[in-house]
Amino acid sequence: MNNAIFSLKKVSKVFPGVKALDGVDLHLYPGQVTALIGENGAGKSTLVKTMTGIYQPDGGEIIFNGKSVQFHSPHDSHALGITAIHQETVLFDDLAVAENIFLGNYPMTKHFSIDWPAMEARSQEILSSINAHMNPNQILRELSIGQKHMVGIARALSVDAKVVILDEPTAALSHHEIHELYELVNTLRDQGKAILFITHKFDEIFTLADRYTVFRDGSFVGEGFIKDTNEAQLVEMMVARSIEATYPKKDVEIGETLLEVSNLCHTTEFADISFSLKKGEILGVYGLVGSGRTEVMQALFGTTDHVTGSVKMNGKEVIIHSPKEAIDNGIVYVPEERQKQGIVLELPIYQNVSLPQMERLAKHGQIDQEGEMALARQYCERLQVKASCWDEKVMNLSGGNQQKVVIAKWLATNPKVIILDEPTKGIDIGSKAAVHEFMSELVDSGLSVIMVSSELPEILGMSDRILVMNEGLIVGELSRADATPEKVVSLATGGSVTC
Amino acid sequence: MDTTIKKSATPDSMFTSKLQGLLRWESFLVLIVFLVCVMNSYLSPYFLDPWNLSDATFNFTEKALIALPMAMLIIAKEIDISVAAIISLSSTLMGLVAQMGAPVYAVAFVGILAGAACGLFNGVLVTRFKIPSIVVTIGTMSLFRGISYILLGDQVVRDYPDGFEFFGQGYVYWVFSFELVLFAFFALVFYWLLHRTTFGRYTYAIGNNPTASYYSGIKVDKHRLILFTLVGVMSGVASILLTSRLGSTRPSIAMGWELSIITMVVLGGVSILGGSGTIAGVVLAVILMGLVTFGMGLLNIPGIVMTIIVGVMLITVVSLPVLITLYKNKKAKAL
Repeated sequence: MNNAIFSLKKVSKVFPGVKALDGVDLHLYPGQVTALIGENGAGKSTLVKTMTGIYQPDGGEIIFNGKSVQFHSPHDSHALGITAIHQETVLFDDLAVAENIFLGNYPMTKHFSIDWPAMEARSQEILSSINAHMNPNQILRELSIGQKHMVGIARALSVDAKVVILDEPTAALSHHEIHELYELVNTLRDQGKAILFITHKFDEIFTLADRYTVFRDGSFVGEGFIKDTNEAQLVEMMVARSIEATYPKKDVEIGETLLEVSNLCHTTEFADISFSLKKGEILGVYGLVGSGRTEVMQALFGTTDHVTGSVKMNGKEVIIHSPKEAIDNGIVYVPEERQKQGIVLELPIYQNVSLPQMERLAKHGQIDQEGEMALARQYCERLQVKASCWDEKVMNLSGGNQQKVVIAKWLATNPKVIILDEPTKGIDIGSKAAVHEFMSELVDSGLSVIMVSSELPEILGMSDRILVMNEGLIVGELSRADATPEKVVSLATGGSVTC
Repeated sequence: MDTTIKKSATPDSMFTSKLQGLLRWESFLVLIVFLVCVMNSYLSPYFLDPWNLSDATFNFTEKALIALPMAMLIIAKEIDISVAAIISLSSTLMGLVAQMGAPVYAVAFVGILAGAACGLFNGVLVTRFKIPSIVVTIGTMSLFRGISYILLGDQVVRDYPDGFEFFGQGYVYWVFSFELVLFAFFALVFYWLLHRTTFGRYTYAIGNNPTASYYSGIKVDKHRLILFTLVGVMSGVASILLTSRLGSTRPSIAMGWELSIITMVVLGGVSILGGSGTIAGVVLAVILMGLVTFGMGLLNIPGIVMTIIVGVMLITVVSLPVLITLYKNKKAKAL
């Protein structure tokens, strides 16, 4: 076994009031993939920022190629060939692919101007080395999310990378794109690069990684070889307790039809969407990114324009042109883009919870703060939001707790139908289990749930019925008993069920 | 583990943090106001005379009346730089109806109506046509004042009905002018509106995240429209006071006021990026600016120098807290 190319030894990082990293160790080996595992708030993001020179450690040592090094800025780590691909890569929509790849590091001619032909040629080279086939002169805006991600990766590889950090790279990708990424990681491994792979998804860890390192609450818990461990063991290390069932689906008596959608059409995004939802039912909606699933849900919530068709609640036709009308009709939507659409980060928890029903809570337009606090307390306690007080700003909470606040906000309005769009995207396994458990509880109390998700286990584990969408159409409906991963994926990717 | 953290989540703890929030910017302004008072009374024996102080308030009351709704507009991530032009147009229209022999209350009504119409016009352009408010109001700034010039030319209107002079020159009680009392009244109204009502809460929510606010069922465009109209109405009110105080109308009235109004708002701790700020801060900033200009007036400092001092003061006061934290961090790091 060869030696680690990059090591952290007893590295600490302290923020006012929080010890984000508490003497952690990490070793990366050339030609191997190390998975970094930990719940949200375990210190993974801080670690990445320390490794790439964005943060400077308060204690400990960083060793590269056997030498102790110090990173004063991202530039220093970049120069050594340490490169990171972040969850949401920062790219420039209005620049060409090649410019995005070489931004800040343009190849120059001897006349101090940018060497465009060289840039184009080298972009082409890098792109084909990662099997991404696109024109380097294309403007980024015209690409799909998956393609943009490839550009982000190409950008990271444009320097002579020795250490590649992938921070939840698959969070925004569709099934097909994830497989392309896997192949890419394997290619990079074969090229002898040391890879740190950060993810929440266990299937990825067992598919890709050679080694693992587990963090919990900013501390190092353990490390080892993937072949010597199993999922249950890793989960236990992460949360220091064992989680038996991640999908606690309860059997709930399913009532009468509550919501009936017929012939919902949009000029470009989807067509001929018809389905129904019964009381007490969890309806899973599966589809790849771009299949129109989110657009359909937003149409139900009144935020998509130019929609035709009819929506009936309890047999009565309702007209929904704005979120306000949707809320008044008992339909609420927990959006996929939590921070952008779901919550006001700068406002305290209790003000976020009361936001949709301020008018009901107010007396003659004057805010009833006691009433707001009571509401927030009731629903946040029910959802077990972890916060020091209900006056805390939402931005100080972890992703999982932010999501709980969004759900609390909508539950407080006493809805009939709750639409959850990727409800567990980017949140840790403990919070995930809590959200799933809560979904079961919700339908038990008579609500109906529509859950949009691109995580197969979640769809299969939680839904009573599954709708599969592809290219703006509903291409299949499967009952819980009939659904298998193969059937769902083959429908979603344009195949047909043949058994 | 869960339960221990959950237990500490009590509603009582919210008040301590609110107090801490208040202690920062507003108390800092109080301190500076106090320092300026001490300095002024040390430099000039006439400073503490009640009538002198009362006269000094005329420097800022009209602008301050617009700064109140402007603070709410800026908190909601919008801005209106056409306010001085609205004063001009509103004053011109008042002058024209006064020339036709309209009574006092009709003249005042026209002033407010003109302001409201201008504000509504801005608001419609911003919300209906999705044009950024800074672009819209740069345009209407020229438009409104241009209309004043067309209507009046180089004419000056002085024929205001008897009794109109009370708005800008009258006293309610002793040294308390009508303008000052009106400002105090509206400061309370806007304090209530921003900090105690659903309308105020929506303003903060929209300023911090318009998309999430829309997704929470708030009628974001309608809210913005109301805010623009409110700024227009208060510009109309300020126009009545200013026209009455000067006793005349020219198209060039209140030239450049938009910048001093926005200065007051920013000095008051309202984030120019939207989302945060308080009415108390704006009121303190208004008083501070009034005292500084008054003090400099007593010392016979020329106008040009005054504007330089006000500019330097704005940058210093706004950057001071940032510099202090930077210094603290550096010191902490050195240790």
